[in-house]
Amino acid sequence: MIEASLTELAAALGAKTISSVELTGLFLDRIARHQPQLNAFITVDPEKSLAQARAADARIARGERAPLTGIPVAHKDIFCARGWLTTCASKILSNFVAPYDAHVIEQFAGAGAVILGKTNMDEFAMGSSTENSHYGPVKNPWDTARVPGGSSGGSAAAVAARLAPCATGTDTGGSIRLPAGFCGISGIKPTYGLVSRYGIIAYASSLDQGGVFAHDAADLAVMLHAMTGFDARDSTSLERPKEDYARDLARPLAGVRIGLPKEYYGEGMDADVRAAVEAAIAAFRRLGATTVEVALPNSALSVPAYYVIAPAEASSNLARFDGVRYGYRAPDYHDLADMYCKTRAQGFGTEVKRRILVGTYVLSHGYYDAYYLQAQRVRRLIAQDFVAAFKRCDVIAGPTSPTVAFRVGEQVSDPVKMYLNDIYTVGPNLAGLPAMSIPCGTGAGGLPVGLQLVGGYFAEARMLNLAYQFQLTTNWHKRTPAAFAGNR
Amino acid sequence: MPLSVTDIRCIAQLARLSVTEAEIAAVQHELNGILGLVEQLKAADTAGIEPMAHAQDVMLRLREDVVTEGDQHGLFQSIAPRVEADLYLVPRVIE
Repeated sequence: MIEASLTELAAALGAKTISSVELTGLFLDRIARHQPQLNAFITVDPEKSLAQARAADARIARGERAPLTGIPVAHKDIFCARGWLTTCASKILSNFVAPYDAHVIEQFAGAGAVILGKTNMDEFAMGSSTENSHYGPVKNPWDTARVPGGSSGGSAAAVAARLAPCATGTDTGGSIRLPAGFCGISGIKPTYGLVSRYGIIAYASSLDQGGVFAHDAADLAVMLHAMTGFDARDSTSLERPKEDYARDLARPLAGVRIGLPKEYYGEGMDADVRAAVEAAIAAFRRLGATTVEVALPNSALSVPAYYVIAPAEASSNLARFDGVRYGYRAPDYHDLADMYCKTRAQGFGTEVKRRILVGTYVLSHGYYDAYYLQAQRVRRLIAQDFVAAFKRCDVIAGPTSPTVAFRVGEQVSDPVKMYLNDIYTVGPNLAGLPAMSIPCGTGAGGLPVGLQLVGGYFAEARMLNLAYQFQLTTNWHKRTPAAFAGNR
Repeated sequence: MPLSVTDIRCIAQLARLSVTEAEIAAVQHELNGILGLVEQLKAADTAGIEPMAHAQDVMLRLREDVVTEGDQHGLFQSIAPRVEADLYLVPRVIE
């Protein structure tokens, strides 16, 4: 059961081979057993989860089963869920019980899914390793001395260790794709605007996008279908008809053109990552796809542009955390200004404070044009590069990250070094393009290597088609770390 | 241009974030490192390029001017640090 896909679980629930209560209980037991090792979860509430599971079983008994009815889903602790502690892995929200549901949570509730728990993450989604959490770091199930990637590391570790069959995440600069790559699972960030940001605690509003982790392309398609949809409460939500993201999974790849950006295949990738990625590209050629070299001439500016835009938007979004209406308030202060300054200095972690300060600086008088506006212009150049590349190919492929998972503690005190993990992932966020990572091999120490696929706007079905066909002929997505295999 | 300690104090004040004297040197070092990463943007040729805020060519949606939210202040204030008479309490600002 713990290795089953969402389709298999749904069939088992429909055939009454297992109930949602039993399935949810199975995963809750595994979470409890492995929490000390992995620290993947911030909040687990078996009573609430099992109550939802009982309601799902009742729906199934009434014949009202949808694909996700009764399926337990782990949610990154950035999604507000009514009545659940929602911390964003921050001390400043360590007492925040959300009074409302995010649109994404509403969508899953409507589908009859069960909330399995709230997963650990980098504080306010700022990080690439899930070492920036007030609740301690998350460990990579493949090697618990290593990071799972970030910022959605808890969700990725949970799925990789089979503590959850699927999980939600958010991706602002790679925060779904990087953990998916480091943890050997599949993850997708859809086109900006497809998943409502209402109820997602905001980091960088023009970049944030909700997405999913699962074991394979078919499962990602089911989850995306549930999560997407117009929401009037998100001013950037797109009014588009709901899509069946599974519609093209079975299409053969003959004639598909895969673009290989020369900037991605230069130096910067470790040799073991390169070997796995090149083997995957060869597999796509055997499946009938052709490859073509493309150029993304401004891609070297992606990380600098991101580390102006994201902190700038974060400095604005995090101004609301002031100890007045919710969350942590400093215990001692002598006036209002002091209350704000102490609350925020005590409530925010180091990386969050760094990014707020950078963001405040680049938006300040005299610097706004030189930094923020310039970064937004560079952003358009980067987006234009992708549009030009997609005239010559259908999907772009490359490594998700330059290395396999690094050791806990290795990079956390060098912010710039940490930021360079994002060199391949931030471009699609800046451009608003859909992007995903699938496991494509192993590198040093048997650690997973992720292959990133980037599509044109609204090309999710095509990207999932490539992933699905690749996963029919390979087994990377079926591997479980030895310590978490079997019914332990 | 590297930030001075005075610059850091000014930015911290704008951000309503206390930075102690003990922390300020480390913060200065880290911020200057990050700004060093970012300096490359200045050399990019962006003449005639419009800043990009959204991937799609969209307009801000308008809606009918009708009330859609109900009064939930009881619920929302139940999680506040200090509330009295439906007001959020903060230190006195007016003497």
